[in-house]
Amino acid sequence: MLRVEDVTVAFAGKPALDGVSLEVADGEVVTILGPSGSGKTTLLRVIAGLQRPSSGRVVLDGVDLAPVPPHRRGIGLVFQDHALFHHRDVWGNVAFGLRMQGAAAPEIEQRVERLLALVGLAGYERRSVATLSGGEQQRVALARALAPEPRVLLLDEPLGSLDRRLRDRLLDELEGIFDALSVTAVYVTHDQAEAFALGDRVAVMRDGRIVQTGTADELWAAPVDEDVARFLGLANVDDGRVVRPEAVLLRRAAEDRAGDGVVESTSRHGPTVHVVVRLHGGGRIVSAVTSLDHPRPGDEVDVEIDPAGMSTFADNASS
Amino acid sequence: MDADRAPLSGRGFRAVSYGVPLAFLGLFFVYPLAAILERGLRSGGGLASPVDVLTDPLTREVVWFTVWQAVASTALTLAVALPAAYVLGRYAFPGRGLVRALVVVPFVLPTVVVALAFLAILPDGIERGWASILVAHAFFNVAVVVRVVGTFWAGLDPRVSEAAATLGAGPWRRLREVTLPLLAPSLAAAAAVVFLFSFTSFGIVLILGGPGYATIEAEIYNQAVRIFDLRAAAVLSLVQLACVAVTVWVTLRVEARLSVAGHLRSEAEVLRRPGTARERAVVVASLGGLALFLGLPLAVLVERSLAVGDGYSLEAYRALGRPTSALLATPWEAVLNSVIYAAAAAAIAVVVGGLAAFAVAAPRGSRLLDGLLMLPLGASAVMLGFGFVIAFDEPPLDFRASRWIVPVVQALVALPFVVRIVAPTLRAIDERQREAAALLGASPGRVLREIDLPIVGRALAVGAGFAFAISLGEFGATVFLARPDNPTLPVAIFRFLGRPGELNAGQAYALAVVLMAVTALSVFLVERVRGPRRGWI
Repeated sequence: MLRVEDVTVAFAGKPALDGVSLEVADGEVVTILGPSGSGKTTLLRVIAGLQRPSSGRVVLDGVDLAPVPPHRRGIGLVFQDHALFHHRDVWGNVAFGLRMQGAAAPEIEQRVERLLALVGLAGYERRSVATLSGGEQQRVALARALAPEPRVLLLDEPLGSLDRRLRDRLLDELEGIFDALSVTAVYVTHDQAEAFALGDRVAVMRDGRIVQTGTADELWAAPVDEDVARFLGLANVDDGRVVRPEAVLLRRAAEDRAGDGVVESTSRHGPTVHVVVRLHGGGRIVSAVTSLDHPRPGDEVDVEIDPAGMSTFADNASS
Repeated sequence: MDADRAPLSGRGFRAVSYGVPLAFLGLFFVYPLAAILERGLRSGGGLASPVDVLTDPLTREVVWFTVWQAVASTALTLAVALPAAYVLGRYAFPGRGLVRALVVVPFVLPTVVVALAFLAILPDGIERGWASILVAHAFFNVAVVVRVVGTFWAGLDPRVSEAAATLGAGPWRRLREVTLPLLAPSLAAAAAVVFLFSFTSFGIVLILGGPGYATIEAEIYNQAVRIFDLRAAAVLSLVQLACVAVTVWVTLRVEARLSVAGHLRSEAEVLRRPGTARERAVVVASLGGLALFLGLPLAVLVERSLAVGDGYSLEAYRALGRPTSALLATPWEAVLNSVIYAAAAAAIAVVVGGLAAFAVAAPRGSRLLDGLLMLPLGASAVMLGFGFVIAFDEPPLDFRASRWIVPVVQALVALPFVVRIVAPTLRAIDERQREAAALLGASPGRVLREIDLPIVGRALAVGAGFAFAISLGEFGATVFLARPDNPTLPVAIFRFLGRPGELNAGQAYALAVVLMAVTALSVFLVERVRGPRRGWI
């Protein structure tokens, strides 16, 4: 069990982390979701021991890590742009941590081979890391961090520099690897799809604080405030109230009759289409529609809202 | 961000990386400098004003000559080198790497060899004087401009100039309004280095200057060794130091003002093959002219070493094994001495300079040490040699007659180069590489061994090679300290030149050829190990 207790870090007087607390159970994957500059990376650096907190502590399995230097913590980190050792080949990178542990040569051989197979790079042992593609470098970085069997694995936007398709594929693979090895991990990202896909729980970070923690469903159902709701991609936020787009039902108005509003624009996001409706009573509302036969711009529509898809922030704050 | 960054390097190593270079510079640089200061400002028991030396017409003449010849040498060097810098900065062609490597050879050639080459090639009557000094300086410094400006040019995004073209700027407008302003920082940097080298030039001026043409550096030697006025030599040393300090300060200001923030491209994106016949002609003419300028003097030097009377023979080389009246040792012994001294100097320079590079390049590296390390470069070799002579002349610091004092002073001269080669490589190591190693279980000592040393090993080898080459040809400081029975190559060449007779001249030329060959060989080996290039040296 990893516990971050009330950690504060200030750079030049400006707080980068402001009283952050977080618990990660053994075998649990917690994703930290926040915009850039929200303190996510600093939090990882504090856990790894690369950054001393101004106050607060990091406790792993009941032991305060403050006096433990980074190389004795047994915490792995996958860096944002990999930080691979360019003066070593793929094998040398993955074997590094095992060599530091003083593992026997046959054991190192075996383990490196297994890990490279796990990340889909079997046979890449002697390749120079500079010749690898971005995705391959990312896999090497992951194998390198996993090799010494860290007690906790930290990942700092590991897929940030990759293109969309590769990202989706690696995301699936990561999920599989985390499950297979029952890794305890803290995964930092600014992408809510990544955070929801990977995290058993998601902690939303803003301005150096964790503002909400919960499962993906919990966050989606009841964001704690407007900013969180917007950051999660919930469009219909106003007056302390949020309406999830899938709860907004549209029906074409009968011929020659004005409806509740007129469709302004539509855009497809994978399986759903977001339909933006300008309400005649003022304001806009977004509806997520799955039908191919969705309303088109200019169509008059009636709007109905499923009460289950509505929540107010005041409720969340008190709950 | 660094304030609470957990340190990843061991405390013991950090102490050593500061302590050793500081102790070395304290004893062998600051202390001799203090001795010069004392000698210049005191006489008898009390303080003595140096005004008499400063107002001496001879001093004024020397300073004036030093300044104008340095300015003229810089202008001439730029004129000779810029076409080649342009070609190397814009075009990819077969042998480009070889050209980059060859152009450095004159720069690392000992000044004594360059001086002899121009003695050999210039017709009798004009082989000594200001003109030959300027040409020799240009020959010597072409590499600085070609490498500094050429490398920078190759990093300029050609699309900027293309953008100017689409906005209606013709070739000359683009050169004047886009390329030159972007190149300005590198031009200023190169010009400043050339100016400094010409300003502190010694061997070339001593040999090619003849009477009436002395730089401050040469005059320090004259006063100390020929006239034996140590006070005048000391005061001139201080003048020299002041001039160099002002130059460096002005250069840094100018460079800071000129520097344009811009995105440097990789050479692969910038260089293209010369397409049109005209472009090919430009490449051939620029490089051919440069090859002639750099190659001819050296070829004539070789020719002269073989010339005996009307024919050619190896007589001058054969004579190198025999005792001679010019030296207390055979010339071959001088060759051996030089190689041993240079190897020892390279070892000292790499250990001290390598440690200093770690101290300088550390995340909160020492600016003080950085500045202190560069000073020997400006303080000039003659000053160092002279400082050693007057500082280490009495117990407990009576080292003047020790053999090891020669490699020490040579190491001091080579030190700034070693630091300049190693420190950028160390700085270029991403701190996250060390962090990654630590998180994988590497202790601070292990991080040093697994990350820093493997990455910097090649730079250390290159530094060692340069230190060796520099020490081989080192003349200004060594001439003060090499014992008559243990001369180095450049000193032996200088002694032969001071003697009349064809055989003495022939032996001087032959030794110069040997020195050139050994130096070229060491530089060639350096270029083989160095791989991807950073900086210009």
